[in-house]
Order: sequence, then structure tokens, then C-alpha cells
Amino acid sequence: MATASEGRGYEASPANLGELLQGALAGLAHPPGAGDMQRAPDCWVLRLTAADVPLGFSFLRDEPDLLLSQLTDITAVDAPERGERFDLVYGLLSMHHNFRLRVKVAVGEDEAVPSLCGLYPVANWLEREVWDMFGIPFGDHPDLRRILTDYGFEGHPLRKDFPLTGHVEVRYDEERKAVIYESVHLQQAYRSFEFESPWEEVSRLFPGPGAVADGEGGAEK
Amino acid sequence: MSEASETEGSRSLSLNFGPQHPAAHGVLRMVLDLDGEVIERAEPHIGLLHRGTEKLIEHKTYLQALPYFDRLDYVSPMNQEHAWVLAIEKLLGEEIPPRARYIRMLFSELTRIANHLLNISSFALDVGAMTPMLWAFEERETIMGFYERVSGARLHACYFRPGGVHRDLPEGVESDIAAFLDKFPRVIDDIERLLTKNRIFCQRTVNIGAATAEQAVALGFTGPMLRASGVPWDLRRAQPYELYGEMEFSVPVGRNGDCFDRYLVRMEEMRQSVSLCRQCLERMHPGEVRSGNPKLSPPSRDEMKHSMEALINHFKLYTEGFHVPAGEVYAAVEAPKGEFGVYLVSDGSNRPYRARIRAPGFSHLAAMDELCRGHMLADSVAVLGSMDIVFGEVDR
Repeated sequence: MATASEGRGYEASPANLGELLQGALAGLAHPPGAGDMQRAPDCWVLRLTAADVPLGFSFLRDEPDLLLSQLTDITAVDAPERGERFDLVYGLLSMHHNFRLRVKVAVGEDEAVPSLCGLYPVANWLEREVWDMFGIPFGDHPDLRRILTDYGFEGHPLRKDFPLTGHVEVRYDEERKAVIYESVHLQQAYRSFEFESPWEEVSRLFPGPGAVADGEGGAEK
Repeated sequence: MSEASETEGSRSLSLNFGPQHPAAHGVLRMVLDLDGEVIERAEPHIGLLHRGTEKLIEHKTYLQALPYFDRLDYVSPMNQEHAWVLAIEKLLGEEIPPRARYIRMLFSELTRIANHLLNISSFALDVGAMTPMLWAFEERETIMGFYERVSGARLHACYFRPGGVHRDLPEGVESDIAAFLDKFPRVIDDIERLLTKNRIFCQRTVNIGAATAEQAVALGFTGPMLRASGVPWDLRRAQPYELYGEMEFSVPVGRNGDCFDRYLVRMEEMRQSVSLCRQCLERMHPGEVRSGNPKLSPPSRDEMKHSMEALINHFKLYTEGFHVPAGEVYAAVEAPKGEFGVYLVSDGSNRPYRARIRAPGFSHLAAMDELCRGHMLADSVAVLGSMDIVFGEVDR
């Protein structure tokens, strides 16, 4: 989908990346099969199991044909309806071969993932942020504390079941001369408007033979 | 404020730096363990400006989420809008017209100049040179003026839109930018004369907070922080987006990876940006600035006065927004501070399922302990200044 000028995507990855990955990761407990490697619009996506994280990443970093030497990002995506509700997403970049790789690890609630701090020092803060925002613990992290939220904060804000407004609000109390925490009080309830087109709603409810695909139909006109 | 602990003869002092400190560049609280004046450990506490941008974006339509990006790194707003619109366009597979691409590059580079002007001058102020601040802000003001003329806002522009830019450059802006570009290199020379061979500036910055190339890569450095350590890595060159592939520019790299080299790299980047802006102005031709896709771009005002369908289109576009096909994508741009990326997960609805913002400053600040250890207390200010930290993007 991406055009050449829109950034070098998986076109930039080595042509035989799939084989390279399978070769490099053959020593893992659960070596990835063909189904564990997919193409997103921008780069390849590799799936690993949580137990394979430290060893798999050391292969990815040190294999001469890959040299994914920079960990650009660690984040997670929450899908509460799934059994293993989180997808940990690692972004890797090989400056030497000029391509990116995304590694996904499915994690259940309260399931610990091995830390990458020993391999990539940058993982320290990134894992702290994932812990803070999603509550995914990293087993052997040297200093797993909250990072972005307030001191003494409770809950993990980026989980889908955490309300947008949060639970507590903070203000300075003139009488007590102190900053106090109270439960959130909204003057007006938060309203989440549903703007889906009634036309698209109808075509979803009654998908007739002539129904058009969502988002492509004549909904606007 | 501080506490001292006595352990077997040595005296270690724990000092609280910030969150209200003029050299903290915003709301940084840093706990420094000192042995005399030497830093043993630096531990930044961040999050005082955390606004939950990623959570908020999950509750907005794609277009409504755009202004949040101005408010991340508020010193270089347009580069961040750029990453967001690129991510959306990648998922949509949308082609945008060449003029829009040139305008985007032009303003990305102007923003880079504005950002580096602020960083270099405030860095100089942190280590004791006041004049560059006064000179640089005059030029920054001119660039803010261009912002205002194209978007109506001096800072939070919200100018780049999915499918192009909001509107074409008003009359006269192109020639005024060209005039600014002719005049501006002299200001770089002036600032350079004040700082580059200045004895005090050199003593405060040379060999301070140095990182080797291997360290810089492992610590997740990007942008000028990485290039100062001698790694020739620039996304505009390595993974070109827009039309950077056909532009001529060089990527300056440093040798020692210290605070001084970071300053030198930024100075040279400003000169390169001036050249890039000139090339954009030369190559851009009159034409459309938005893709013709009515799902992304509103109809013209004139059309709306005459056509009911256009009015409905406009209404639906600004209430329901547009639907992005299900999928996930990572789009990164070379922002002035480094690699600014957006990892976008769409479920096919009119709102992002998840939008992750990869901010360069976050991993730079994480290396504070590594870079400061063994240096003097006053050097922590120089290291912090050379990192180009803005808390809007670190805390998100």
C-alpha cells in the first residue's frame, strides 16, 4: 500500500527475511513458523512467546544478517476480550541493513515477561512505562517502578477498562493548606458520541447481496 | 530539599533538582546523589506533565486527534503532526499531491530551524551565554509569523492534515520565506562567532556527557544526539518519506559525542535546513494541496453554498470523521529532536484503537544517569541542555 516515497517499508527488508529469521531463531524453545511472520503495511511482524524473549532478541541483535541493534520502542495493545489480553509490541531497527522489524508477544494478565534491560539499556524506562500504563510485570527488571503517573497512583491507565476520566482528581485546598486527592466529580457526565452513519448501520444490519463494503459505500452522499 | 548520609567516612549528599528550576527545561525533577561536587547517580523523575495523550486519542476521531500532536513537543509542532498524518495515510494508502509534499517539507525544515534556535540558545544560556537567546528568538519569531500566516496559529498550527495540508500558502508567503532564508544564515554565523570558539562555552561543553557510537545506539539515541556520536543515521536519508529522496542535503556527524558536538551538529543542520527550504521553494509549482478524496478532504466553501451533497459531506467529515482500514502501521519522521514515530492500530472504525507515540526525548532523558555519572554538578545542566528535552513529548 505504501508508495516508494512514503518511506522504505518491508521493500527495504532483506528479500529472504523470513528465512533469515527462521534460521536465526531456530534455537528457541518455540521457533516461529511461517504463520508467526506477517507483513504489516510498513514492515514485517514477528511473533514470539514470552519465554523466548531474551534469547530471541539476543539472536535478532547479534545475527550478522540482521543486526537489529536499536530497540526503538516497547509498547502494548490491550484487547480485553482475548484470553491473553495484551500484545507486547517491540520495535526494532537495524541501522546496518536499514530495515525495521516489529516483534509481538502475547501476554495474559499478571503474566511476567523477561526484561530486556541486559540486552538493550534503553529497555529500562520503556518497560517501566509499559508496567505503569498496562500493568505488565517484567520479571527481572532491576527497578520496576511507575514512571509517568503520580506518586502513589493506582491502576493502569491505558487498559481499555480504565475510564478516560480516571478515578481521582487533585486540587489545592485553601483551608487545609494542602494538596488533596478526591474522587472525580464531573459537572457534566462524559459523553461519547456515536457518529456512525445510519446508512452504514443499515448495511451492517441487513447485508443484502448488493451491500457495499464498510467505509466504501455511498454513505456520505 | 537535600539530605546527607554518612557511611564509613565518605559523605554522600542527595540533592533535589527541580521540578521548579530554570535549567530543568520544564518540569523535571532529578534526584542527584553527590560525592562532594561529583555526581554519583542521577535519577530523573518524569511524568509531571503527563496528560494521557495516548488514552485521549483512543476517544477521538483521527482528525480530532491531530491537535494533540502539536502539544507534545510544543517547540516543533509540525514535525509531529507529520508523523501522525503519515501513519494515517499509510494505512489508507492515500497519495497526496506534490505541492502538499513540498509544503510539508518546507515547514518541517522551518520547524527544525525554529527548534534548533531555541535549543542552542537556551543551551548557551544554561552554560552562561545570554546573547544568543536574544538573537535567536528574533528569528524564531519570524518563523512563528510564517506559521501564523499559513495556519492562523503561531504555535499549535494543526496545519498538516491527512491527505495534504489544510490550505495553500497565502499570497506572498513564498517570497517572504525566500527573503528570510537569504537573511538568516548571517544570524547562524553571528551565533557561531559568539559560541564555537568561546573559551567559557568550550570549557563547559567539550568532553562533557560523551557517548560512544555503540553506547548511543544501545541507549536508543536518535537525531542529533546519535549523529554527534558519529553515526550517520538520518531518517530523511535512510528511509526517505515525502520527497526527501530527491533533495540534496548532507547529514552532519560529530566525532566525540559530547555536548559540544551536539551543538555543532545542530548548527550545521540549520544550514542544511536552509538549503532544503530553498530547494522546496524552487521545486514547488502551483497545484492542489489536498488529495481529491472527498472522504478525507472537505469540499470548498463555494461548493457548499450550492450543493446539498457537499454540505452533507462536510458535516459528516467533521462529525463522524473518516474510517481507516483495520491494520497496524508504524510511521516515523526525523523530527528535530530525533526519531518521532507513531504506531497506529486501527480496527476499521472512525477512531484509532491504539496510538502509541514514540518520542525521542524519552530515551534521551533515560540516559541522563549514564551521561552524568562522574561529572560535576554544574555539568548536569549542560548535559540536560544538550539533550534538547521538551517535557511535552517526554511525558506525553
